[in-house]
Amino acid sequence: MAVKNFGFSISRPRTIDMDKNNLRKSNEILRELPELQACIGCGSCTASCSAGLLTQFNFRKMHTLVRRGEYEGVYKELSKCMLCGKCRMVCPRNINTRKVVLLIKRTLGDF
Amino acid sequence: MRRGAWEDYQKDIADDKYYYARSCIRQNFFPGSEKAFLNIVGRDLGREVFDDPLHTSCTGIGYHSDIVPYETIMTVVARQFSLMHEAGFENFISSCITSFGIYTEILNTWEEFPETEEKTRESLYKATKRELYKPKNLAHTSDVIFHLRDEIKQRMKYPLVNHLTGEKLRVVEHIGCHYAKIFPKRGIGGSEFPYVLAGMIESWGGDVVDYPERRHCCGFGFRNYLVQANRGYSIANSHKKLESMAPYRPDFIVCNCPGCTMFLDKWQYTIAEMEGTTYGEAGQGIPVLTYEEMAGLVLGYDPWELGMQMHAVNVEPLLNKMGVEYDPAAKYLGPNGKYIGKPLQSVVNSSRGNTSLYDIKK
Repeated sequence: MAVKNFGFSISRPRTIDMDKNNLRKSNEILRELPELQACIGCGSCTASCSAGLLTQFNFRKMHTLVRRGEYEGVYKELSKCMLCGKCRMVCPRNINTRKVVLLIKRTLGDF
Repeated sequence: MRRGAWEDYQKDIADDKYYYARSCIRQNFFPGSEKAFLNIVGRDLGREVFDDPLHTSCTGIGYHSDIVPYETIMTVVARQFSLMHEAGFENFISSCITSFGIYTEILNTWEEFPETEEKTRESLYKATKRELYKPKNLAHTSDVIFHLRDEIKQRMKYPLVNHLTGEKLRVVEHIGCHYAKIFPKRGIGGSEFPYVLAGMIESWGGDVVDYPERRHCCGFGFRNYLVQANRGYSIANSHKKLESMAPYRPDFIVCNCPGCTMFLDKWQYTIAEMEGTTYGEAGQGIPVLTYEEMAGLVLGYDPWELGMQMHAVNVEPLLNKMGVEYDPAAKYLGPNGKYIGKPLQSVVNSSRGNTSLYDIKK
């Protein structure tokens, strides 16, 4: 069938379907670092991030996606982190954010 | 929901003497609908409806596209109300859902902020030397048909029933967002349980389909559509609704908003051309009707007189189900018998056996 070009295409939904996502890796990370569950999503980590000043890197987005089972591209994105640890100093819930970065990278591998 | 709360979401609809405000875009896409309304309410049911040639667009499309400022649209609306008073009417009815939303919003603004009303009064006088008179009753034309649904039922020729099997037709009703999502108490049933179209369908013998994305927007959204590059977002909304309703095998869709009727109809054509997906039976699209067309069919009007040849999705499968008598050869003949042209063959109307979405899912 010849497909007509209308100058636009159907935008795909950005819904995260938790029933379809495989949460095994995510649960593994939370088991090893249960304090991550205390995150209130305030975004202080992202606001103070050195890498975020220079690139589009967003730590809060990354670990939220991982916890929801969306792993694609996360390893590459987390490689932008310079492990300076400023995010850990500002975290109101005292989460070891550097460990979160390393743990996610180690658990997921180059997904 | 509390039983008592339902009473808060009813509205008074005038019974006679209507001042009719037409829609800007409807006559281009569904050319027979407004005429059908005038015929049904005026000629068949004996109500007085004044179709004023002096009224203008409410400029709602410009307003929602950030082109027309609120002060301007209030003055335009004030002029319409003033024309209504000059014609000797007090009950204002609009054919368009966007207009209905605009009129409701402006009347509420004037109620909440009397100084704004005063300013509009001044602007109207300066611009046109007219005085502002607010309507006693404001309704959408689907409210009027809902109000008269039992009288239509008494004259019913073809109920919403499959005449071959005797089964009730499964009807998807879609309410325009500006009907009750802005001011829920101005619509019958509010924004969550709007009953205006469901009431007509139930009264005329059909079954209302309750599907997951029933209250989702069709995707018109003005700014989402006006720029070509953004239309992918607009079509995604209709796509979501159609995907959601298809497994329920609706016989047709009925809408009370000009934009929704147009988009749910024409996006089916676009989706079929883009992806080859169709949502109705036998690989065809799902016919989309305006409520006047539905009322007209129920009353036995000729489908070509109702302008149903202008739909992107062919309506013949529905007409055959209802047992409506029509002349297939007269489809593309205008009222004077002149050939009006014919659309090219499209995927959405070509029957391809069992390749509809429903069959794939099954």
